[in-house]
Amino acid sequence: MRTARTLASAALALAASGCLTFVEVPVETPIRPKIDASPFSRVYVAGFLPSGTEDVDTNLETVRLLRSQLKNKGGMRIIEADVLPLADAAKPVPAESAPAAPPAAAQSDSGKTDTIAEAELPPYEKIFENKDFWKKVGEEFGSPLIITGSVVFVPHQRSGYVQKEQEVYDSFGRRSVVPVRTYMDRKGYILRPKFVFIDGRTGETLYTETFREEILYNAEQSTPALSSYFELMDRLLPSFLSTLSSQTIRGSRFLLK
Amino acid sequence: MPALKKLIALAVVGVAISATLAHAADRKAAVEQVSFGIDAARAGLWREATYRWERAIEIDPSYAAAFNNLAIAYEQAGLFEKAKQAYQKAAELDPKNTYIKQNIDLFKEINDRANRQNAR
Repeated sequence: MRTARTLASAALALAASGCLTFVEVPVETPIRPKIDASPFSRVYVAGFLPSGTEDVDTNLETVRLLRSQLKNKGGMRIIEADVLPLADAAKPVPAESAPAAPPAAAQSDSGKTDTIAEAELPPYEKIFENKDFWKKVGEEFGSPLIITGSVVFVPHQRSGYVQKEQEVYDSFGRRSVVPVRTYMDRKGYILRPKFVFIDGRTGETLYTETFREEILYNAEQSTPALSSYFELMDRLLPSFLSTLSSQTIRGSRFLLK
Repeated sequence: MPALKKLIALAVVGVAISATLAHAADRKAAVEQVSFGIDAARAGLWREATYRWERAIEIDPSYAAAFNNLAIAYEQAGLFEKAKQAYQKAAELDPKNTYIKQNIDLFKEINDRANRQNAR
């Protein structure tokens, strides 16, 4: 009986010592891309429907940014062609019975595409469903993966209480930092891009994803619209890139003995 | 009659001892596999580590650490479903182990993210 008890306690001690021994190791967990881009040898970032402020040419800037990101970080072959004036191509044709309304988007004298009012965007977005249109675009560039979509970039303002940290000194001159709630007028921008991935061989939409980011500054602070645009795009680019290329998440785990 | 009782008691103790000895031997062999796997993983040889930990759970299916380590190896390979099952088994075998719990929490974050990506 004593032998059994000794063995059992030895086994327990072994188990206990096993649980206490650990090794922390770095791990790299791969996350697969959202769509399989392997059938496409090249990617064509075609153009975007611009909506919102006219301070930034969101069509041109988004195309330039995505092309460089896909080339540098996504390691993809990018077609460097002219930016598609998508707003012109997507302009809804008014019905004959309808009053002849001026088109919401037109090519301005400067060559820059005028932005589309946010409320008028849905009829323009029907272009993404036009398989023939995208098939033709695909044929022109050797059936690549086409990236298109719309980019809403609008000014935004919000006032309210915000928590700030304030330095205070007591009667002995000792400094401390305390949270203070203050009322502030803040303004900034909202960025809402919709990315549409189209198969250039068939014109079919493979995948669509919409993001929303916003930024607010102190109302007295003057931040250029273009800076805000890039700041907001920076936030969502990793997620955009993970659509086409696999991501690795680095972390650590505990191996046990 | 008392002699028979004594005999039965002795037989029971004998069986218990041999079972304990057998389990201890299995655990020893499994611990060796697990240790070898840890060395392999630390050297970045995750396939070898996976093999060792799979062997360890074959030898001793009650070894929580082996399941935990195997789950990590599956995670590293992007095999989330297998990792989830191995973590579940590890937690079932050793529910109070804080390291296993912590690994599971970290895994959940990544698994949720991967699921969100797949759901889109």
